[in-house]
Amino acid sequence: MTDHTVTAFDDDLRLVTRKVTEMGGYAESIVSQSVSALMRGDKSMADAIIAQDLILDNLQHELDEHAVLLIAKRQPMAVDLREIIGALRMAGDLERVGDMGKNIARRTKEIADVAFPKKLLHGLDHLNLLALEQLKNVLDSYVHKDVEKAREVISRDDEIDQVYTSLFRELLTYMMEDPRNITYCTHLLFVAKNIERIGDHCTNLAETIDFIVTGKSALSSHGSRPLSS
Amino acid sequence: MNMMSESATEQLLNPSTSAPIVKMRGEKVELFYGQKQALHAVDLDIYKNQVTALIGPSGCGKSTFLRCLNRMNDTIAIAKVKGKITLDGEDIYDPKVDVVQLRARVGMVFQKPNPFPKSIFENVAYGPRIHGLAKSKADLDEVVVSSLQKAGLFEEVKDRLLEPGTGLSGGQQQRLCIARAIAVSPEVILMDEPCSALDPIATAKVEELISELRKNFTIVIVTHSMQQAARVSQRTAMFHLGNLVEVDETNTIFTNPTQTKTHDYITGRYG
Repeated sequence: MTDHTVTAFDDDLRLVTRKVTEMGGYAESIVSQSVSALMRGDKSMADAIIAQDLILDNLQHELDEHAVLLIAKRQPMAVDLREIIGALRMAGDLERVGDMGKNIARRTKEIADVAFPKKLLHGLDHLNLLALEQLKNVLDSYVHKDVEKAREVISRDDEIDQVYTSLFRELLTYMMEDPRNITYCTHLLFVAKNIERIGDHCTNLAETIDFIVTGKSALSSHGSRPLSS
Repeated sequence: MNMMSESATEQLLNPSTSAPIVKMRGEKVELFYGQKQALHAVDLDIYKNQVTALIGPSGCGKSTFLRCLNRMNDTIAIAKVKGKITLDGEDIYDPKVDVVQLRARVGMVFQKPNPFPKSIFENVAYGPRIHGLAKSKADLDEVVVSSLQKAGLFEEVKDRLLEPGTGLSGGQQQRLCIARAIAVSPEVILMDEPCSALDPIATAKVEELISELRKNFTIVIVTHSMQQAARVSQRTAMFHLGNLVEVDETNTIFTNPTQTKTHDYITGRYG
């Protein structure tokens, strides 16, 4: 795409996309570390994750201010307008992804000293890897404005939902087996739910990328949540 | 029982959702200034009770096309128009057409407010008088007052109707020119950058007026302000080097245009 006649407009827009990418980097790091911290019962790592989430919140705030100023100064049209509105939407989703990671970190601090079955943790780790893969792919598709890749992310969300549902059932079984399992199983259930929500935010991000590139709103079927939500 | 379909009821309640009626139609319109071709086979429909915005960089032919719609180009000796332009299906370039009558039906407002060096009242009364639209003094008074009211100017000038029109502010002068244009009850109003010489408040008033006038008139506006085109019009036509690049609903043009030229122009990437 050719540059704007006013070159400062290009700089302003580049700053918007750079902030989204930067937020994406932090969100990815939070998501990848949160389940690791949980598996290791590492409280200091959990604290570091909570601190990273604060950076993510601040970045969103900066992006908001910059975007508002840009709209006021330049009155963007067409793809420029979509780029800015899309960035605002994406920042909202990425901030929520960070919150999900932060919730997992907080829970890690609660249950760090509890020993629970490794099998359950592997299930969560698997779920988290799927969500992380989705997040990576959707951020890649943003950088390259690759609609096809974004659409693949939307179509793969079902996989996360299925793993979540099977984890949900597994946790229920543990709870029914022995009421003493209920406390940590409930914590793990919330963790699983948080990861499942990260998957949903990836779908939102992918839809926004589709909108930025094509100008059309993609309607996916991810509105139907897994039964166990 | 007389049951109306849902869409028919909707159309009655809200006529703007019904299928648009073509008020004016340009078919393969070409214009030459001597040897130089300024318009190339432009096909464009102007819908009734809609505002159509013509946009494009300077020299793209948008004003030239606008001036074809009421044969203003006839006043330029070297200008020659080819193709066909119809108003309610009738060819306006037919030799039998009375150009003065045509311009009464298709009025025009220019870039710079150009009131006659006469009183505010006379500015508006001039058209109805020469076209014989008012039978009595009372009729004429009524036309002047209602035109000034429609142009949103009456309240501001009602106590000084006999003062010169040129003494008004720029924004008021432009609304006076709009009142003058609507005094002869035109069907179509052509506006050539009507706000380019006005401040933002006067611009807002004229834009508000355009939205109001759309209920009774069909409006074609040439504007260099993308935001203005986006705000006031329902359809937008993009011109470039004398060609019609793209015409579509305004909402589409400004959010997701089809043509690269339109895209580059509205996003400030042109040239």
